[in-house]
Amino acid sequence: MITSLSWLKNHLATKANLNQIAERLTEIGLEVENIKSSNINLDNFIVCKIVKSQKHPNADKLKLCDVDIGSENLVKVVCGAQNARDGLFAVYAPPGAVIPKTNLKLKVAKIRGIESHGMLCSGYELDETSDKEGIIELNRKEKNIGDRYFKDAGEKTVDIAITPNRPDCLGIRGIARDLASSGLGQLKKQPSIKINQNFKNPIKISIKKEKGRGCGIFGSVYIKNVQNKESPEWLKKRIISLGLKPISAIVDVTNYVMFDLNRPLHAYDADKIDQEIIVRNSKKGESFEALDNKKYTLQNNMCAISDKSGILGLGGIIGGTRSGTEFSTKNILLESAYFFPSPIRKTSKALNIDTDAKYRFERGVDPNSIKLGLELGMVLILDICGGRPSKFSIVGKIKDERKIIYLETKKFSKVIGFSITSAEIKKILTSLGCSLRVSGNKMKVLPPTWRPDIKEDIDLIEELTRIKGYDKVPLINPGKENIKDTLNYKQKLFHFAQRSVASKGYTEAVTWSFTDSKVDNFFSELKNEIKLSNPISSDLDVLRSSLYSNLMISAKKNIHRNFEDLMLFEIGPVFKGSKPGEQALMIGAIKTGKYSRKNWIEKERNFDVYDIKNDVLRTLNEAGIDIDKIVVSNKTKKWYHPGRSGLLSLGSTSGPELAYFGEIHPFIVKKLDLRTDNVLGFEIVLDNIPESRKKIREIKPKFIISDYQKVVRDFAFVVDEKYSSGEIINLVKKIDKELIKDVRIFDVYQGDNIASGKKSIAFNVILEPKNKTLSDNDIEEISKKIISIVQKTTGATLRS
Amino acid sequence: MSEIKKIKEEYLLKLDQVLDQNKLNEIKTELFGKNGIISNKFKQLGLIGEDKRKEFASELNFLKSELQELISKKNENIENQEINKKLKDDNIDVTLPGRTYFVGKIHPVSQVIDEVTSIFSEIGFSVEEGPDVESEYYNFSALNTPEDHPARDMHDTFYLEHSKDLLLRTHTSPVQIRTMLKGKPPFKIIAPGRTYRHDSDQTHSPMFHQLEGLHIDKNINMGHLKGCLYYFVKKFFEVDKVKIRFRPSHFPFTEPSAEVDIGYKIQDGKIKIGEGDKWLEILGCGMVHPNVLKNAKVNPNQYQGYAFGVGIDRLAMLKYGINDLRAFFESDIRWLEFYGFDPLDVPTNYRGLSR
Repeated sequence: MITSLSWLKNHLATKANLNQIAERLTEIGLEVENIKSSNINLDNFIVCKIVKSQKHPNADKLKLCDVDIGSENLVKVVCGAQNARDGLFAVYAPPGAVIPKTNLKLKVAKIRGIESHGMLCSGYELDETSDKEGIIELNRKEKNIGDRYFKDAGEKTVDIAITPNRPDCLGIRGIARDLASSGLGQLKKQPSIKINQNFKNPIKISIKKEKGRGCGIFGSVYIKNVQNKESPEWLKKRIISLGLKPISAIVDVTNYVMFDLNRPLHAYDADKIDQEIIVRNSKKGESFEALDNKKYTLQNNMCAISDKSGILGLGGIIGGTRSGTEFSTKNILLESAYFFPSPIRKTSKALNIDTDAKYRFERGVDPNSIKLGLELGMVLILDICGGRPSKFSIVGKIKDERKIIYLETKKFSKVIGFSITSAEIKKILTSLGCSLRVSGNKMKVLPPTWRPDIKEDIDLIEELTRIKGYDKVPLINPGKENIKDTLNYKQKLFHFAQRSVASKGYTEAVTWSFTDSKVDNFFSELKNEIKLSNPISSDLDVLRSSLYSNLMISAKKNIHRNFEDLMLFEIGPVFKGSKPGEQALMIGAIKTGKYSRKNWIEKERNFDVYDIKNDVLRTLNEAGIDIDKIVVSNKTKKWYHPGRSGLLSLGSTSGPELAYFGEIHPFIVKKLDLRTDNVLGFEIVLDNIPESRKKIREIKPKFIISDYQKVVRDFAFVVDEKYSSGEIINLVKKIDKELIKDVRIFDVYQGDNIASGKKSIAFNVILEPKNKTLSDNDIEEISKKIISIVQKTTGATLRS
Repeated sequence: MSEIKKIKEEYLLKLDQVLDQNKLNEIKTELFGKNGIISNKFKQLGLIGEDKRKEFASELNFLKSELQELISKKNENIENQEINKKLKDDNIDVTLPGRTYFVGKIHPVSQVIDEVTSIFSEIGFSVEEGPDVESEYYNFSALNTPEDHPARDMHDTFYLEHSKDLLLRTHTSPVQIRTMLKGKPPFKIIAPGRTYRHDSDQTHSPMFHQLEGLHIDKNINMGHLKGCLYYFVKKFFEVDKVKIRFRPSHFPFTEPSAEVDIGYKIQDGKIKIGEGDKWLEILGCGMVHPNVLKNAKVNPNQYQGYAFGVGIDRLAMLKYGINDLRAFFESDIRWLEFYGFDPLDVPTNYRGLSR
């Protein structure tokens, strides 16, 4: 909503200036978004005379001018125009002036070694003509020197963001009322009107009583023998200040009244109306051409203003061209009606029409303002266009739905934190247009018809607080008591795992929850994509079912910029279904490219599956899972390389799935054009990490230190290649859980000297006795046991 | 000259000339070996007459320890010399880089969520969450924003194809409803999370982050709201002075509603929070509307309180001088590494929010 000070002063007697008003508006909830000059400040462009012009000593094409600007001393200005000459009257812009065309602010500047104080302007620079060549030549006299060049510097306007609950402030009078209530002036009375209206409106008007009708009241006045014309200057300026284009006096007046009183009007060329006006629900398929020059085809039950030949316009939204006023219009019907908000909103949404009238009706126009609007519109039209008005015809009636609100004085301080007297309440609410009666501790308040937002006591409390000022609300320091723990287990796990992954060298990305279905399908097991019905763009059309989708897209962008060695991760939701809550919390991490490249101390090598396996195991371990309880298997997902990926599950291979890791399927890597053949990743299913029922301090056994020597023995077997290292390790560990502390693989070999289909596997076994030093015999015994069990179980042979 | 003295002089001289470990060992054997001079002398002690034995033994002992000490000193000298000699040739170029290591980073949004959580945990708030996909009811209707209300235009909403009723939450406020429905008052919670609006340009991202706050109890008034937010802003920006303005506004789910601006100025091209005469909107808040409490099965005649919603990305931009919101979600590794935080920088009260 835009207003100017002078327009505001039509309704408000105030001495405040625009800045004070703007500040107060913001304080009472009418937020000023900006104050605009209709033009840039043009006050300081001055009529001047070049007293003397000479060649610039250091530049052939420049002139050095002594300029009389009406002050005591001449000023020196460097000028490039050929027409700068002695005795010429011109336009001078001082340092600090902003040049309208370029928006540049002038400064004192040295031009080829000589200071220039300001500038002589061309028509182009002042945005008046396209003439860039020379400076403006004025036909003025000595006495004009120092005068402002621009006669009318234009009035400033304030742009106010009106919240949807305040339709009344979509009219300038509403804004004035709020300002008056806050003590910044007095609301002026609307002038009473005495106009001779001595004939009946010749056009018959009716509202069909249908279900879901959109029009409550249809008021109108017929004005005959008008002479439509261009609006007078004052009206044009007001219309322009709103950012609208003046059209004709009749149209401009309807717009003026709409912005003045939040009272939309509509003017019909009465001679184009076929016999009578019928306000009715539309039928599907009816159509008309609207004033925005578009043809609209209506659905059932939209509020149509029609005559005998069909639709004239959509009530409260937009008029039609068939009955539009023109300069040649002789007789008009001026409409001031009440349309219900909800049907207006439905219709305009369905047809995708947005107009100033629609904006107001859907928020709520004062149903009592019908006569007021007709009066003001009529008076202005008579004033500008002449003519003779009929009596008002007002058809239809709506129920007054306002209810008496009971307000307790005490409740204000209970909610707001400071107290207010009954007298203050009375004063403020009355000034806002409420009528009220005090009865005991309670007040009975009837809100004004222009405030559909005021329905209950809390609404009144808000009004009182807003007008008193939010700065009156006391500041109460917060208490420190906790009702419960800040984070629950899942939340702690989230924060912990997040930083755990980052500490392995991964950089955290946060990506959108939606992604490209073409990418997501590679990483999805969903039967149906979770599609958005209105995506931002076609490549962000689904909710992601995997964190890999966006990570791969990000990796691709980075790799294509030559950042090919990447470690990225994200922690966040992936979506399993369309219903609220059908989402899972995951970590997704990827590594691409090389661990090291061209390095003096290390061999160049790719990141590999064992790098990523370590990262994910360490993270799970840090998240509180006992490494010994994690089982590795190769039951992975379709988006991994089938032979180079694994599943980490809890307890057994069929236990809860904790994480997947491995190489991303080469097919996907190729399809995504990642320009690398080495992409690895892991996914952690955070929801599957169980909370320990006991605290660490409760789980830890007593610390027992062993004084006996630790012994390490090496073994090497040749075993069928189908046996995984994990199986062998588990096998050995199980032989004596007390004594065998660890089993470490130090070599795996296939090739020369080993039969095909077999592999050599070498490991050492670490023995930590608890109650005695191991004798050679003891060691021999356990070694034999290890050998025989491995041989028996796997058919392995001892490698010599 | 006594025999002992003679040995002493002879060996002092020998020891003095010794330069390497081998020679020293030889001398050691000469003196203390099985047939060493000193060892033999001790063996001969029994042959000496009783009257002189004591004196001789004492002198011999003295000599023994004197020579031993000398030998061990000499030994140490030689060892030191040898190490020194090795050290002379033993040097590497320590300016060469070490082995590869990787440094990860935490995204500024995550860091700010942790900072904010730390601040609110100090004043008794706990953390709640809600789903990203919501129903119209939780996102709008329960929050006193009925269908066909113009206030819905304030939120450009993403809908799911599956059903007209399902959408991506446009704010974190539905967590208010979910929290209240599953528990009993009092409530004192914050809820950080992802939020979505169908808006994409230079300053808008279709996904962004909000932090919801809700405090409901028997006597929580607007003064508590003011105190809480004042505390938060001051702690978050880590400034002594902070200028805050509460400005009336409108949200359907709070009444009275306010928007909160903080004072700032631009100094040397950088934003300075807490000073200056410019205002920047950072959050919306208000007293929870009685209709919202009713919808959440909380009796508005007994309970009241406040709610607020802060833009987390906005906070991060202000605090850490980040200009472009869109860049948050573009995953440009250069940006992430530049604005990201060390994983060990966990914001806490005792260590301070930020380094």
